[in-house]
Amino acid sequence: MSSVCFYFQVHQPFRLRNYTIFDNGTNYYDDFKNAQICRKVADKCYLPANRLMLELIKKYNGKFRISYSITGVILEQLEKYAPDALDTFKQLADTGCVEFLAETYYHTLSSLYSHNEFTAQVDLHIAAIQKYFSQTPRIFRNTELVYNNQIAELIESMGRFDAIIAEGADHILGYKSPNFVYQPLRCKNLKLLLKNYRLSDDIAFRFSNQGWADWPLTAPKFAQWVDAINGCGYTVNLFMDYETFGEHQWESTGIFNFLRHLPEEILKHPDNNFKTPSEVVKAFPASETLDIPYTVSWADIERDLSAWLGNPMQHNALTEIYKLEDSIKSAADDALIADWRKLQTSDHFYYMCTKWFSDGDVHKYFNPYDSPYDSYINFMNVMDNLNTRCSDILSLKKMTSGRPQKKTSTKLIRRPLRKNMEKSFATGLQ
Amino acid sequence: MLGWEFPPFISGGLGTACYGLTKALSRQGTHITFVLPSGADADCDFMKVLTAQGYLISNEFKNIRFRTIKSALKPYISSANLGGSFLSNAQSSQSWQAGSVSQQHYGRDVLEQVNKFEQNAREIAQTEDFDIIHAHDWMTFPAAISSAQLTGKPSVVHVHSTEFDRSGEHVNQAIYDIERFGMHRADRIVAVSNYTKNIITSRYAVSPDKIDVVYNGVEDDGSIRTLEDKKTKIVLYLGRITFQKGPDYFVDAAKKVLEKMDNVKFIMAGDGDMTRRMIEYAAWLGIGHKIFFTKFLRGQNVHRAYQMADLYVMPSVSEPFGIAALEAMKNNVPILISKQSGVAETLHNALKVNFWDVNEMANKMIAVLKYPPLRTMLSENGRREAGTFRWEKSAAKINEIYKNVLACA
Repeated sequence: MSSVCFYFQVHQPFRLRNYTIFDNGTNYYDDFKNAQICRKVADKCYLPANRLMLELIKKYNGKFRISYSITGVILEQLEKYAPDALDTFKQLADTGCVEFLAETYYHTLSSLYSHNEFTAQVDLHIAAIQKYFSQTPRIFRNTELVYNNQIAELIESMGRFDAIIAEGADHILGYKSPNFVYQPLRCKNLKLLLKNYRLSDDIAFRFSNQGWADWPLTAPKFAQWVDAINGCGYTVNLFMDYETFGEHQWESTGIFNFLRHLPEEILKHPDNNFKTPSEVVKAFPASETLDIPYTVSWADIERDLSAWLGNPMQHNALTEIYKLEDSIKSAADDALIADWRKLQTSDHFYYMCTKWFSDGDVHKYFNPYDSPYDSYINFMNVMDNLNTRCSDILSLKKMTSGRPQKKTSTKLIRRPLRKNMEKSFATGLQ
Repeated sequence: MLGWEFPPFISGGLGTACYGLTKALSRQGTHITFVLPSGADADCDFMKVLTAQGYLISNEFKNIRFRTIKSALKPYISSANLGGSFLSNAQSSQSWQAGSVSQQHYGRDVLEQVNKFEQNAREIAQTEDFDIIHAHDWMTFPAAISSAQLTGKPSVVHVHSTEFDRSGEHVNQAIYDIERFGMHRADRIVAVSNYTKNIITSRYAVSPDKIDVVYNGVEDDGSIRTLEDKKTKIVLYLGRITFQKGPDYFVDAAKKVLEKMDNVKFIMAGDGDMTRRMIEYAAWLGIGHKIFFTKFLRGQNVHRAYQMADLYVMPSVSEPFGIAALEAMKNNVPILISKQSGVAETLHNALKVNFWDVNEMANKMIAVLKYPPLRTMLSENGRREAGTFRWEKSAAKINEIYKNVLACA
């Protein structure tokens, strides 16, 4: 018996506008570019793909089942810039064949830096999913599938999840297969689902690669590979960016047609079916405990953190942003906290990546910067302003809680002084 | 090979380029006769070029013979020859980029000298045995073309800079005509960057098929420098202080930087027709005490300037290549260069900015001075990247071009 478990990642960050050290506005985002990209992705990917999914779900009468992880930041943007796409996601939720997963609302690496902040962001995300899709997620996927033993333990301790998702990287699995359900080390209830990266990447990355030996990839061919797993695994976890459909692989590559015919081909084999992650977890027992002490992710060929933490600039930017946590939280200003969290979005650090060669292509996609150095400078300038705002609020708080009377008196003295100075300056110029 | 300057007596990147290229070519077994102008008149800096014959003894130049011609070829004018102050100029011509200045880039009788060089080069061409003529920049183009006609040998012209780089839109028509004539008559053109190649095709109406791009290299002096954290940061401008190099944008950006941070000094190393004006401009902006002018630096002093610097800025309005940027990188100095430069098109580990965008320039200067990780990365990766620009590579490409030209001839 083999189940196909689809999960699609839906995410776009709030890209920063060009922000120099001389700027001091509090809108840090490139609204025009964000709207433009959001609209473009909605038109090329979310809308056509969602419509196709709806059609397939209807056609196979509940046998075609999928899941999504939609970040809070893309939900906010969809609401603003592409409400029609958001509606189709809601329609998908209404079919009962679609599961929504939990992650950090701001798509951040907070799991590595601050557990308090991490759980706060997960709570925010669950609330958003409840609000938009009337579902309470039971499966957790961390940003970019960042995973290690500690993160799994943390998720189990939250007590609201049945399973966590991770990358089925070779260097953690060894000879083991990603097609079974596992249990994280030291966890009692939480299960672990691993991405079958070979089959996932066949669709996500290699689909249109004409240099690939198996090009062109057709639905029957792919179904055959899935059939081959029968007998040596329970589930084929196909996890990928939703932008695969229509953006990373353009419509002209035939990606939508491939998807349209895939359920038919998969279901031809009587032992096959489609399951959502929750159904997989319910249907199959954990076959083994998996010890993953080193952090893995689904990025690049290294499958580690080097895409976000590969160079000194990235280390510096990430440490600095999380250093602000205490002061930001004691300032207790909603707008400030939201900005601070939006700055944590992992994409900002991804843009600072200096691994050029084979992975450079994916990094360039949707990247608003000419160079990683530019992105670092821009980020640091915004963070500098955020920091100033925070200390301003904090010092104002101190002042108001201290001696409010003195404050008005200094103001009275200052004003005429400045006026006089301006006057004398003006006469001096004449 | 026809050139007009050669180390140690140089005024810009051209001499450095000729030195590096001929050295590498000679190592690859190409025999070169290098024809240089040299004034017998004692008052000219350039007559000392005669001492270039001293290289004959050196092993590295065993395949090169130097011939010199007695003509006082002095391409650029220094601040000493130029009267007028910043204020009076600013009032009379409104802008200090105006053509009235650019007309004076060259000594007054430069065209006469070019003619003389041509006559003498023809004589040398008749006495020397060679296969191909390779000329560096416009001053030697007439000599190259007429020698080629005389001997029937093919010619290659090497464009290190064009009149548009040096003078903006206010070109000297006579020089433009010579450049254009040379480019059209030559069998092949070598440009130092795609940036320059584009200028040649768009401004001189030359077919792009006729042009090869060969990047310059940089000499490895083997020095490694550790960046230390100093209290006072130093930002370096190193180049001629002329319209082409954008010194005024540097001063403007310095002013902006000083609005945000105080512990910075700016060094402007170089000389040129805008030196005095820049000194006065800096004083006028009230930052005269923060900008230091060193005049033209040579050899060891250039090296020392790089060693002191926390950031090198090349704000050129139009820079065909920019060897100095690579030299800075070799010395572990982070660099900020204008997008209007040849090196900018291939460098990854450099900050880039449009020369007119003073705000952004200052923004990036501050970032380098303020954030140590940025400085470290630019410095380390920059040094590595600069190491990939080797004269051996350039020479190999030039040899390939020679082969093709000779096969067609």
